[in-house]
Amino acid sequence: MDAIILQTLNGLDKGSAYALIALGLTLIFGTLGVVNFAHGALFMIGAFCAVTLQKILTLSHTVIDETRTDFLGNPMKVDVPYIYEWFGESTGNAIIDWSVPLAIILAIPVMIVLGVVMERGLIKHFYKRPHADQILVTFGLAIVLQEIVKYFYGANPIPAPAPDALDGVFDFGAMLGFDANTITYPLWRLVYFLFSAVIICAVFAFLQFTTFGMVVRAGMADRETVGLLGINIDKRFTIMFGIAAAVAGLAGVMYAPINSPNYHMGMDFLVISFVVVVVGGMGSLPGAVLAGFVLGILEAFASMTVVTDFFPGINNIVIYLVAVLILLTRPRGLLGRKGVMED
Amino acid sequence: MTKTNFTRRGVMKTGAATGAGLAVPTLFTGAAWSDGHTGFTNAPGEGSVTLGFNVPQTGPYADEGADELRAFELAVEHLNGEGDGGMLSTFSSKTLDGTGILGRRVEYVTGDTQTKPDAARAAAKSMIEKDGAVMISGGSSSGVAVAVQALCQEAGIIFMAGLTHSNDTTGKDKKANGFRHFFNSYMSGAALAPILAAQYGADRKAYHLTADYNWGYTTEEAIRTSTEALGWETVAAVKTPLTQTDFSSYIAPVLSSGADVLVLNHYGGNMVNSLTNAVQFGLRAQQANGKQFEIVVPLYSELMARGAGANIGGILGSQNWDWKLENQLGARYSGTNAFVQSFGTKFGFPPSQAAHTCYVQTLLYADAVARAGSFNPCAVVEALEGFEFDGMGNGPTLYRADDHQCFKDVLVVRGKENPENEFDLVEIVEVTPVEQVTYAPDHPQFAGGALGTCNPGA
Amino acid sequence: MLGLNAKDFRLLLLVTILVVFAPVFLNPFPVDSAMAQFNAGYPDLMQRFVIFGIFAIGFNILFGLTGYLSFGHAAFLGTGSYAAVWMLKLLTINVLPAILVSTIVAGLFALLIGFVSLRRSGIYFSILTLAFAQMAFALAASVLTSLTGGETGLQTALSDPRILDGAAAVAGNIPAPSLFGYEMRATTTMRFGDWAFTLNLGYYLAGAFMLAAFYLSIRITRSPFGMMLRAIKSNQQRLNYTGLNTKPYMLACFVISGMYAGLAGGLMAAMDPLAGAERMFWTASGEVVVMTILGGVGTLIGPVLGAGLIKYMENIVSKINEATLHSWFAFLPDGMEDAVVALIYPFIGKGWNLTLGIVFMLVVIFLPGGLVQGGQKIAGLFRRKKSAEASTKAQTPAE
Repeated sequence: MDAIILQTLNGLDKGSAYALIALGLTLIFGTLGVVNFAHGALFMIGAFCAVTLQKILTLSHTVIDETRTDFLGNPMKVDVPYIYEWFGESTGNAIIDWSVPLAIILAIPVMIVLGVVMERGLIKHFYKRPHADQILVTFGLAIVLQEIVKYFYGANPIPAPAPDALDGVFDFGAMLGFDANTITYPLWRLVYFLFSAVIICAVFAFLQFTTFGMVVRAGMADRETVGLLGINIDKRFTIMFGIAAAVAGLAGVMYAPINSPNYHMGMDFLVISFVVVVVGGMGSLPGAVLAGFVLGILEAFASMTVVTDFFPGINNIVIYLVAVLILLTRPRGLLGRKGVMED
Repeated sequence: MTKTNFTRRGVMKTGAATGAGLAVPTLFTGAAWSDGHTGFTNAPGEGSVTLGFNVPQTGPYADEGADELRAFELAVEHLNGEGDGGMLSTFSSKTLDGTGILGRRVEYVTGDTQTKPDAARAAAKSMIEKDGAVMISGGSSSGVAVAVQALCQEAGIIFMAGLTHSNDTTGKDKKANGFRHFFNSYMSGAALAPILAAQYGADRKAYHLTADYNWGYTTEEAIRTSTEALGWETVAAVKTPLTQTDFSSYIAPVLSSGADVLVLNHYGGNMVNSLTNAVQFGLRAQQANGKQFEIVVPLYSELMARGAGANIGGILGSQNWDWKLENQLGARYSGTNAFVQSFGTKFGFPPSQAAHTCYVQTLLYADAVARAGSFNPCAVVEALEGFEFDGMGNGPTLYRADDHQCFKDVLVVRGKENPENEFDLVEIVEVTPVEQVTYAPDHPQFAGGALGTCNPGA
Repeated sequence: MLGLNAKDFRLLLLVTILVVFAPVFLNPFPVDSAMAQFNAGYPDLMQRFVIFGIFAIGFNILFGLTGYLSFGHAAFLGTGSYAAVWMLKLLTINVLPAILVSTIVAGLFALLIGFVSLRRSGIYFSILTLAFAQMAFALAASVLTSLTGGETGLQTALSDPRILDGAAAVAGNIPAPSLFGYEMRATTTMRFGDWAFTLNLGYYLAGAFMLAAFYLSIRITRSPFGMMLRAIKSNQQRLNYTGLNTKPYMLACFVISGMYAGLAGGLMAAMDPLAGAERMFWTASGEVVVMTILGGVGTLIGPVLGAGLIKYMENIVSKINEATLHSWFAFLPDGMEDAVVALIYPFIGKGWNLTLGIVFMLVVIFLPGGLVQGGQKIAGLFRRKKSAEASTKAQTPAE
């Protein structure tokens, strides 16, 4: 029982990352009709916003400490962060400690600007081009973005820990009436799950309850008619691209403490998030979210030894196997519409 | 027009010597190598010799590859008599004098393995076929090492393995033209087990998470065998997919399994993530079976430690070499400081164990050529087989003839709780003497391969 | 001739000349010059050019003609390689059975996957093929290790039985793959002054297969069958409404395309007896998609050009290192030399991926039809000039 609860939590947690990335992908696809292979790179850049803020906060000047020597026998150079001098050492450390949540503030404008620039500068010219061309150009862009990050930060993962206050574990068992310490779950992963739930709800509310969202939805359904009504739909779609980029970026920022960010983490997520989008049904936002959680939970359960003993190797392939089964039984994925991307 | 194998530059050189203008027929008659400088693949000319350094430059191991490349650069400098000479002064064999190799200036070409066997072989082939490299070295994974080693055997080139830890490299996939200085899974197990038993007690229950590929298998087997021999029990051994990035669903069941030690048979990005996840799940803070829960990482590397950040604090593992070795454990490990000094002066930070093994391999190759008096791979193999040396940072070392594996002391290290800087992340717990990590050439973990005979190629 | 119209025959002739004289065309720089770094005429890379050319031609038969984008085509290359290496291990070191069997095995595998995947179209088809390939990769790399050699890959070994010629093994060394005793790696070098050209048996064997594959692809494209495939691309629904069952055509096309990939895999194993799981990873499938689009989708020669460009970048640009750069620009004053090197350095060696990404973007932005369109544009420039000259001549009558 406790194993099942734990794996469900794991599944929800994995699922929330998949859902957030797939949601952004679907937004871009649904509004602009563009297959964006650079979406994983946006996720990665979000995570590196957290790393960058951490670097900025720990910007230091070197002080030479004559009493100690470094590995070559020269006087030791000690880095003293500027922030210590401005806020004192304890406040300074507290700010550095909270750098990942603080990075959200940095990431939102950075990602929106990046998204808008990407759309206006590049993607815009590819609306009328075949999907194959879109794939190639966004794939090229993804490589370029990755390599730029690698140039500045190296290939090795860079740790970006969660604040100490959120670094512990939460005792679920005690809450549900089990013995203490039977079901414990990392606090930060719970934060991640709640955070994604909030973002997902916010995106849906934005599309559902604002005029802007209404126009965008109308544009997704019938772009031409909305245009004929004298509404500048292009501008709104550009903004939607920015929002989709921000969603991917935020997913990345909050993911940084779960796994140390590295420059190719976006590619690791890219293929799975495409599978998620398609299994959910092309163009369906609720479908993307649903498929994200379903595949996340199945992935978690497939890794249990009870399952792998029965079917060795299933943990390696479960997502793809389920994708095949779903696509064969439901031709347009879980909640897909007819006629989208079928030719 | 004649048929020769692989080489081109070698043919061209002879072609030129014949004073040829147009399509000169050149003929090799497979001369015995004793006559010196012909009759094998890519025989170098009079002025210079080309070595091929094949390291990961893209992909997850690119930083490790970059460190290896720095070490190669340094080794070439020292061989050519530039810089401060590094380990040339501490090396027990004194044939190298800074005039290149056999009087030829050392030049090098580089390639990108991408940590993929296919790409690594393509890069190595281009060095052999296009650049006339007479030796290939480098690499950061066992899959690549095994693939390139087989290629070099086929082509008649010497392969001096870089970082490769799987038993298979000098076990079931060993080759006569291939040599490994780095230690292996068996040695990790043999070195770690007694210290684990001493530190954590002999009645521990271990849970293994193993990366689902060859290196993972050999490491799990080695650690299991060694720890079980000392009384540990293995509760479970679970394989994790090679491409896994989030290990939460593998970590979560560990606590309720009744285990009190988690062994992570992971390397590189896998290890960084699985360790980070394990610490997130609070394993280190837990009590199990009335004991403190512990995590073990059989193969440590400096770059992985950096990626895992504070999570490595207090975690035991093994290493081939560490730059603090001579300072802390004395002159037995001479060579260490000489290397650290020249590397640190040139690049501003201490070298990694990957850099060390690559540097040493280059010098060992050069020395073997100098002692043999020939670049002929068969001469080099003969010179390296059973070669005993010292002063290369690991203490007295033997290149065993039976499997071309180096035997030397193995380090057991622990992650520092409060590291002072990002290059000083581990502390040396103990050095396991070479006798304890030596095994018979026909040990079951290494069964199923044969060296074959050396291949000089052309 | 050969059942081709004049234009296609000229194209085939051009490709034949390119393949036959590739060792010359690809080594345009003298051996000891600084520019020799850019020479690509060594056996391994030339073999890769033609083998990936075959792979891309086959992929283009599916994608270019029918518009079905398979994102798991590398699975067939991988199974082909495994089949070939097993033949080299079990039957004979002669490459012909290996190549034949690899093509057949890949065809059967394609039949299986195609039968299932072709029940869907568009992106749903792409994801189905991707899912199958990813499963093949994951299983080959882990639970099927005894069959595939796992992540290390499947190799020939000294202990291989080789029923037909096992006894022929040279003492202590594994025999190299050969064609009736002639080793694939057999190489002859011809020198012309400072230039050297490498003729390699394996390359010419692979090249011969590529020419055959290319010829076949022209015939398929121009046949009624090819016409049907293009009809599927332009409007599959309408075809269905006319009462025509398109499924057999699609399946046949998918299997042919898979057999091309299997042939490429078999040739790879024949040139270099190794098969690894990463050949089936999604990046490998993505690579052939990119090759085809880069060269020009639906054109006959485009995919080959795309394959060549990517393999060239991968093997040549990645090998340029800082020391090489310094030797090139050594003639500049010191400060300027360092500046120039620092400027170029991020794009070469370990930065070759960056260059690759930029090339993708530039080509797709400025040449929507891929490299082939670039070629046409250049050709067009000359032609216009010529025709302009011709017309001026015509206008000014001789006096």
